Amino acid sequence: MVMQNKFIEKIGRKFIKLIESLGRVVLFFLIGVTHIFTLPFQTPKIMEQIWFIGTKSFFVIALTGLFTGMVLGLQGYYSLVKFGSEAALGSAVSLTLVRELGPVFTAIMVTARAGSAMAAEIGVMRISEQIDALKTMHINPVRFLFTPRMVAAIISYPLLTALFDVIGIFGGYLTGSLMLGINRYVYMDTVVSSVQITDITGGFFKAFAFSIVVTTICCYRGYYTHLFKGFGAKGVSSSTTNAVVQSCIFVLIFDFIITFFLV
Amino acid sequence: MSDPLIKFVNVFKSFADQAVLNGLNLSIYEGEILAVIGKSGTGKSVLLKHIIGLVHPDEGQILINGEPLNHLSDKRVQAFQKELSYMFQENALFDFMNIYDNIALPLVESPKFPKANVREKVSTRIEQLGLAGAEDKFPSQLSGGMRKRVALARALVTDPKVVLFDEPTTGLDPVRKRKVHSMIMEYQEKFGFTAVIVSHDIPQIFDVAQRIAMLDNGMILFEGTKEEIHDSNSKVLKDFIIGAGD
Repeated sequence: MVMQNKFIEKIGRKFIKLIESLGRVVLFFLIGVTHIFTLPFQTPKIMEQIWFIGTKSFFVIALTGLFTGMVLGLQGYYSLVKFGSEAALGSAVSLTLVRELGPVFTAIMVTARAGSAMAAEIGVMRISEQIDALKTMHINPVRFLFTPRMVAAIISYPLLTALFDVIGIFGGYLTGSLMLGINRYVYMDTVVSSVQITDITGGFFKAFAFSIVVTTICCYRGYYTHLFKGFGAKGVSSSTTNAVVQSCIFVLIFDFIITFFLV
Repeated sequence: MSDPLIKFVNVFKSFADQAVLNGLNLSIYEGEILAVIGKSGTGKSVLLKHIIGLVHPDEGQILINGEPLNHLSDKRVQAFQKELSYMFQENALFDFMNIYDNIALPLVESPKFPKANVREKVSTRIEQLGLAGAEDKFPSQLSGGMRKRVALARALVTDPKVVLFDEPTTGLDPVRKRKVHSMIMEYQEKFGFTAVIVSHDIPQIFDVAQRIAMLDNGMILFEGTKEEIHDSNSKVLKDFIIGAGD
């Protein structure tokens, strides 16, 4: 009986902790969103973050997009050729990229590059009392640290996704047309004719949702570094790792949910 | 003596199961320099963090001009907290900002401070604290003493009425310590702010502060002037000052 009680207590404690954490994340997110609309607008900080999240991710997104498109071109060709449908390669590559891989890969790559940096930077600020210093100066730390990053991500993610899609389609062209000999006009024609505006808006909607998910998780993990396991540098490293892992998992979960409602 | 500006009445505070403040009573008067001394881990920094609102008491009250802080409207609490400034033990400078931006931040982020006056105000503080030429440097490029001065400049740039110093001379050599102490006295005289200094610099801090409070086991063991320390019969206080005991 005592053992049973202890077991129930343990589960109860974990459940309460989970509810507390969920409450904290939601509050953190809501405070951040509210401050998008409070004056003065933080335009210089948002621009700086767009440069960090968007511009500095340009090369890695372009490279990932190119090779993803090239692999899709190769795999798609050898799958379609079995059915004599290799002419549909442009359609297969473009729809896969625009609907799915573009937003998901972009979100994961930006999480790895910028999301981890957000968690680490804010985590270091937490353990070195810089966040407390903001409070003593009557500066809302969530507004100062989270809001500009979220706005910058909302602007950058769809643009990076578009870049990924376009370069990915070009990658498919490189392998499908230049390497494997599919007529380039046929490739481009199937791309243009198969991609509908709803595919593009659906992809952008996913990019928008992922931008919010990733920045909220990464900034939250950094901001509350002191509440999680580990102290000092270890605490920051643990927060950063968890931020990246959780962001990637939630991107895939949200991808499924959004796809479920979009198709 | 007039009514205290800030008064702790029977304040208790614990973190997890560890009691830090155990019924603390302390008065801080307007315009004075009060030094808070005591062994490490007795809750001196926690005391300061209660004043600035980073930590809230579990029990007891903090009175501001005789009114309980928790009874004041949010607007009045904010108005009071805007008159406070805090100098952190480890400076807490923003390592991604240069010195100018560090000092200017409280003004830049204040919606009421005219943006046109920021440069002039920051430049004045930079001059006064001997930081000219270091404006474009980052905190990691400065010596410990200079970082302290930057932290002090940032704490004073808003012309606060109360400045809380958390071990402002930790890690400094004796010459720098003396300079920081002189700086605090000089600026306190010049600007007339109330200063609360948590310090381990004994006996030097006795020449800086007008009153001294000793914290022991989460309570104020002694509160009085330098002369009253000498007249005190408290063995714990005497032992602490000479560095004897546990």
